[in-house]
Amino acid sequence: MTTKKSKTVKWGEEPKIGWWEAMYLPAIAGGLATAIKHAFSGRTTTRQYPDVEPEIPPNYRGVHRLNRDEEGRVKCVACYMCQTACPANCIEIIAAPAPKDDPHWKDRDKFPQTFTIDELRCIYCGMCEEACPVDAIELTSVYDLTGYTRKELIFDKEKLLSVFDETSTGGKDPVRTNRGALGPASVEASTASQGPPPPGRGSHG
Amino acid sequence: MFEYLKQSWPTLWPTLGAIGVILAFVPVLGLYMTFIERKLAAYVQDRLGPNRVGPFGILQAIADAIKLFLKEQIIPDHVYTFLYFIAPTFSLMTAMFALVVMPFGPVPTEYTEGFRYIVAPGIDIGIMMMIAISSLSAYGIILGGWASNNKYSLYGAIRSCAQFISYEIPLGLSIIGIIAASGSLNIEQIVSSQGGAIWNWNIFWQPLALIVFFTSALAETNRLPFDLAECEQELVGGFHTEYGGIKFVLFFLAEYTHVVTVSFLTALLFFGGWHFPGLTGPVDASLGGMLLRTFVLVFKVTMVVGFIMLLRWSLPRFRFDQLMGLAWKGLIPLALLNFLCVAIVLTYDLPKHYLALTALFLVAGSMVSARQLQHTINRPRSEGRPATNVNLTESAI
Repeated sequence: MTTKKSKTVKWGEEPKIGWWEAMYLPAIAGGLATAIKHAFSGRTTTRQYPDVEPEIPPNYRGVHRLNRDEEGRVKCVACYMCQTACPANCIEIIAAPAPKDDPHWKDRDKFPQTFTIDELRCIYCGMCEEACPVDAIELTSVYDLTGYTRKELIFDKEKLLSVFDETSTGGKDPVRTNRGALGPASVEASTASQGPPPPGRGSHG
Repeated sequence: MFEYLKQSWPTLWPTLGAIGVILAFVPVLGLYMTFIERKLAAYVQDRLGPNRVGPFGILQAIADAIKLFLKEQIIPDHVYTFLYFIAPTFSLMTAMFALVVMPFGPVPTEYTEGFRYIVAPGIDIGIMMMIAISSLSAYGIILGGWASNNKYSLYGAIRSCAQFISYEIPLGLSIIGIIAASGSLNIEQIVSSQGGAIWNWNIFWQPLALIVFFTSALAETNRLPFDLAECEQELVGGFHTEYGGIKFVLFFLAEYTHVVTVSFLTALLFFGGWHFPGLTGPVDASLGGMLLRTFVLVFKVTMVVGFIMLLRWSLPRFRFDQLMGLAWKGLIPLALLNFLCVAIVLTYDLPKHYLALTALFLVAGSMVSARQLQHTINRPRSEGRPATNVNLTESAI
């Protein structure tokens, strides 16, 4: 049994026990000292979650939001970049031409008629906000996403815009918000002649 | 009958009162000890512990009690029903019975009228009776393990058997020295012999006896590091695996009652009972003195209980053979040595504080055993060292 296997098996020797260690009494005293030290240190690592909200880092990737521009319109230009980039296939957009006769919408070609995100399907990777050329979709630091049914966790455009309204007023904007040039749709066409801005990355990111 | 009751009433009511106090306090104490233990465990582990029910979580114990009492009584169909029901009651009964001779407050050595802090005062075999009865608690565990008709429970019961056989001996031997020095088996006498200066407390001149006693008593309570009969990790709860609801509560109360008993015994036998510097005279009947002494005793007991709870979170569980080895090869020789020294000191009328040097035996013993242990553990495998752990690589091939 041993002759063949001892060639293949690498035997590891356990560390040798020292005399002091083998006496056990000092080890018992040391263990007690550790226990007492911790018991009276008054330091706890417990988080009192429902009572005390945890500090969420501002680059946290939580529930999505659809940003509004200065005029309160949805910033999205329905370019399908996020839907294409999404590895979980949780975004579904239906585009519609912007109402041309409305002066309110005269600088836009398209806008999303519906914008649906399945929050249960999403893996919160942040690829959609990387892909978005106009910084319209963003992941917020909202982490406590709950619901009673699967259906109510499929967020439509209004719900996503309301997430923006909640998070933008509460001072919990993601760090990625407004960090650079926003691209052709939100800036007037002057940038187009200077070449396209770096996609998805700001000038001081 | 009525005439007899009327006649014996002056001697009867203090006893009934003391029984009432014990019956009222022990279950509540047991429940609250679980709460305190959970809190202490939490603090040792840098957690907060129960803090939901009531302020500081103080009603947690009551909530637990209500939950356990209202639980469905499940009787597994493979148990021996009669023994299954007897075991927890027997466990608690023996644990409570041991409290009969235990003073829970200052008790004068002379019998007096009126309320006393003991159920049966002046029993001349007090400490013997206590040890004899508390060793009966092994039956509760063994019966429980056997009646459960379950492999793991039976393992727990067998382990507990062996453990009790091993630990009864050093437990008894360690207090022989104290009995010999104070000249009485009566616990009140033993306590009153420790009056006077703080140096008369038994701990200061029989430290070795204290260590042997405390170690064996810990084993007697079936708590970590000696809770082999239960050990959740190996035996899924051991002897009380099949018990739930109120039957589990009884087992559990028995364990905590044992902790209380052991703590009281340690405080009474080694830490001077209700004596404290400045509070050393004979027990008088004044209410203030009584309350103060009770407070001193309870304070000491609380300290010991806290120490037992801290030990639980600082020591790993002993292996079965280590435990027997510790008892037979370590504690019994030490206890005998201690007794020998006490006998020598008493016979030749030497100053009794020479006995404090017996603590050196402990150090010497641990040094010798360490040398041996080192030799055994560090022997290379080729020299026939028993394999302590399975080599996973080998078994995989």
